[in-house]
Amino acid sequence: MKFGVVVFPGSNCDHDAFYAIGNVLGKPVEFIWHQSEDLANCDAIILPGGFSYGDYLRTGAIARFSPVMKSVEKFAKSGGAVLGICNGFQILCEAGLLPGAMMRNSGLRFICRHVYIRVEQTDTPSTNAAQRGQILKIPIAHSDGNYHCDQATLTELEKNRQVIFRYTTPDGSDDNAGNPNGAVHNIAGVCNRERNVAGLMPHPERAVESALGSCDGLVIFRSMVEALVGAAKATA
Amino acid sequence: MATASNEIRVTPEIALEHGVTREEYARIQQILGRDPNITELGIFSVMWSEHCSYKSSKVHLKRLPTRGKLVVQGPGENAGVIDIGDGLVAAFKIESHNHPSYVEPFQGATTGVGGILRDIFTMGARPIAVLDSLRFGEITAGQYTSAEDARKNLRILDGVIRGIGSYGNCFGVPTIGGEVGFEPCYSQNPLVNALALGIAKKEEIFLAKAKGIGNPVIYVGAKTGRDGIHGASLLASAEFTEESKQKRPNVQVGDPFMEKLLLEACLEAMHTGAVVAIQDMGAAGLTCSTMEMASRGGTGIEIELTKVPQRETGMTPYEIMLSESQERMLLVAEKGREHEILAVFKKWGLDAVVVGQVTEGGMARINHNGRAAAEIPAHPLAEEGPVYQRPMAAPAPREENAANWFAFAAEGTNLTQNFLKLLASPAIASKRWITEQYDTSVRTNTLAGPGASDAAVVRIKDPKTGAVKRALALSTDGNGRWCQLNPRMGAMHAVAEAARNVACSGARPVAATNCLNFGSPEKPEVMWQFSETIDGLVEACTALNTPITGGNVSFYNETLGKSIYPTPVIGVVGVIEDASQVLKIAFREPGDAVVLLDGSNSSVGVQHAVPQRGNPSPLVACEFSSSEYSKTIAGIVAGEPPAIELTAEQRLIDCLVALGAVGAIQSAHDISDGGLAVTLAESCFAPYAPLGVSAMADCAPLGAHVKLEEAGPAEAAAFAERGARAVVSVKPSSLARVRDTARQYGVAAQHIGQVTRDDAFRIEHQGHAVISSSVETLRDAWAHALEPTLTTK
Repeated sequence: MKFGVVVFPGSNCDHDAFYAIGNVLGKPVEFIWHQSEDLANCDAIILPGGFSYGDYLRTGAIARFSPVMKSVEKFAKSGGAVLGICNGFQILCEAGLLPGAMMRNSGLRFICRHVYIRVEQTDTPSTNAAQRGQILKIPIAHSDGNYHCDQATLTELEKNRQVIFRYTTPDGSDDNAGNPNGAVHNIAGVCNRERNVAGLMPHPERAVESALGSCDGLVIFRSMVEALVGAAKATA
Repeated sequence: MATASNEIRVTPEIALEHGVTREEYARIQQILGRDPNITELGIFSVMWSEHCSYKSSKVHLKRLPTRGKLVVQGPGENAGVIDIGDGLVAAFKIESHNHPSYVEPFQGATTGVGGILRDIFTMGARPIAVLDSLRFGEITAGQYTSAEDARKNLRILDGVIRGIGSYGNCFGVPTIGGEVGFEPCYSQNPLVNALALGIAKKEEIFLAKAKGIGNPVIYVGAKTGRDGIHGASLLASAEFTEESKQKRPNVQVGDPFMEKLLLEACLEAMHTGAVVAIQDMGAAGLTCSTMEMASRGGTGIEIELTKVPQRETGMTPYEIMLSESQERMLLVAEKGREHEILAVFKKWGLDAVVVGQVTEGGMARINHNGRAAAEIPAHPLAEEGPVYQRPMAAPAPREENAANWFAFAAEGTNLTQNFLKLLASPAIASKRWITEQYDTSVRTNTLAGPGASDAAVVRIKDPKTGAVKRALALSTDGNGRWCQLNPRMGAMHAVAEAARNVACSGARPVAATNCLNFGSPEKPEVMWQFSETIDGLVEACTALNTPITGGNVSFYNETLGKSIYPTPVIGVVGVIEDASQVLKIAFREPGDAVVLLDGSNSSVGVQHAVPQRGNPSPLVACEFSSSEYSKTIAGIVAGEPPAIELTAEQRLIDCLVALGAVGAIQSAHDISDGGLAVTLAESCFAPYAPLGVSAMADCAPLGAHVKLEEAGPAEAAAFAERGARAVVSVKPSSLARVRDTARQYGVAAQHIGQVTRDDAFRIEHQGHAVISSSVETLRDAWAHALEPTLTTK
């Protein structure tokens, strides 16, 4: 089992994802350079947060044309587990691997704080170790996290149970009050129809040790590990 | 301003336009043995500008203590460096970007952050923390501020905050601390001081010394454009007038994405082992980097300007040399290995071009199309510039008498309403609206972000293994109001408070950096303030064992002839030996004892404004008149800063570090702006502070019940800002142990109350309830005071 963390020019959470997987979880992980089309036999791919290519045109808009994204797309189409965090989520949307798009936060400002998200679905590689309805405390740090899509897509998303994380309050009682950026239906993370590709705006890699204020992000990486172990058993 | 070719004949008048005096011009002629051409004049004018040469401050800065057993590199390099154990070092420095931030707040602030980050990674250290010390004019209309000025100040604040955020957030460094202050004197001259800190292996620190005759000189990073020409000389080294807005083109433009690439490429290039020296291009751009590298290395340098990557066509040698385009570096490579370096930069998509070489002798030759555009001996230019012993004069003594001072309320007066007002004052109110616009958690090292502890705390991951052992604490402080009243004491307080803050996080303060913001050095009163400030810093930094490893002086902070308060900002760095023992300000459990630690427990030392029974001594009223409470409640800014006793500060620091190391206390929070009452309230708020909406469910609400027996007025007991004090909370079972430790360090430990479960906040003074409120009411006043002002821009 091996994780790959893609490094785009301007990625700045690549080291953090690497640390969470390698040091905290103790699983094999390596960096994958954006110009490489070789995914180095990784079994799961993380697109980390940051400001790929400065995000000057539109978040993720240029990164999706990186050579590595061709391979990531192929990998995703063949069922490989892909997780996009923050900028990685934005890139996956731009690449069409996930539905929807990001708008500026409704307050028009960058926000960095801990938020609470509810795990809505557990039948995905990034949530299978969590409990349905479990509430995770995880930080966000973005200007453009206001998830949006047209009504038809939204209906499809809900119908197919593709909304995997939703903002909420600490006790889970008021999703609207917990929504920091205006995202439609309080969506914090979605997966594709096939469920192997997922993206979320909060940073689980920043919530992996109690010293950092929360360990709740670990369950997402643990889910991926379990999914890979499960897949390996199935093919064995 | 002439920016054309070398055809222009330079005269002393043209030199004056460049800010070069007649005496300085004569010195230039003497060094060159001839008249300079226009490019050479440009080079001299920026190198000898106040900003780059420190010509007015040098004679005073020499007095600062700069050595210590942990200091690896003192002032004179891009940043100071200290040993933090296990083969690791921390590089850190604070710098101002005041003038650009007034002219163009967003870009001024971004390039301020960009510049200080480059200073750090130029040394080979990866930046892991940024703090910002900011001062603005008042953002609400009132006694001293018109509605229009308040709106203007708000616009400046908004631009600066966005600028800092946009740069640090994109670059990927957490902006985790600092302070924001408001005084009318900063209305047309905000202060934007940015501190950055980075980590490297001790043997991998890089210096900016050109070495090895024949070694290639390589230009890397962004292309050179016409932006920021004369930023250092004309913008930073002159006061503001009505026309200053026309200086907008002198402000540089920042590109944090480019800087991020530059960071990664530089660190990777350094690891090849082929880099001999490296220097960033900040103020005075290519001029400063070439001249200083040659001067420090005792070599010459030769470069060809047509090889410099350019963003625009038709740039003259003058413009190329003086451009302050951002995100550029100059490095010297080992001859024959330049391709290794070029390859790294190519990988990161950055320009990297060999533009010249290190030469023998001390001459810097700047060629353009093979013809000499400038020929200057580097060492005299960089090191033998003008040094001024500017005249100094103490201002006329202020008329200080009891009639100007704060008049205390009658005994038994309920102070709750005043307390609510104090909590809502911009200086004290929650700055969450600001700090949430900064990425505070990237790099996953932040153990205490804004407001969580008295200092910002980051843990240190070993660059190779990721193993965590120690943490670093950082705090910036500076009280301009106190420095205005008494610059020497104000400076001492700045050091003491920064050190105390660091100690309240559990760290031992080990080194300092300073940013000295003052008015025009050509005014004798300003130079007096400056000299007094230096004396205060010398005394405090020596006493508290925090040598100054670097920093920056910003003069000419005045607009229309009115100067700012003298504002030295001190950044102190401390080391926490065990990263799991970070102290925070939040109360943690009901039933815990609230203990007031006071270092001023000796019979010797300065006279303290300790109130006597009966009438308050004049000293109490005099000191109290300089407090935040006096300013907010009575509109009085007068008197003197509180007396300061550095040995008391040291005792408190030692005591806090000892208590923190063994985990004997639950929380620690120093007493500063707003006094004991604010300290206690913030310890009740803190569990909620870093969280978002409806965060209350996260933990049970806590209150505090405190009884003060101190003689004298209740207002002095609750709100005086005398130093060397901190409030700690202690499990009842640890109380005896804490008392023992305090006694051992000569610190008084007074059990003044309890942490309670009932959301009630109550302070009694000599049996009278003087403050009584629910914590929620207090928190609302504190948490939401700035937000409406800031959001209805």
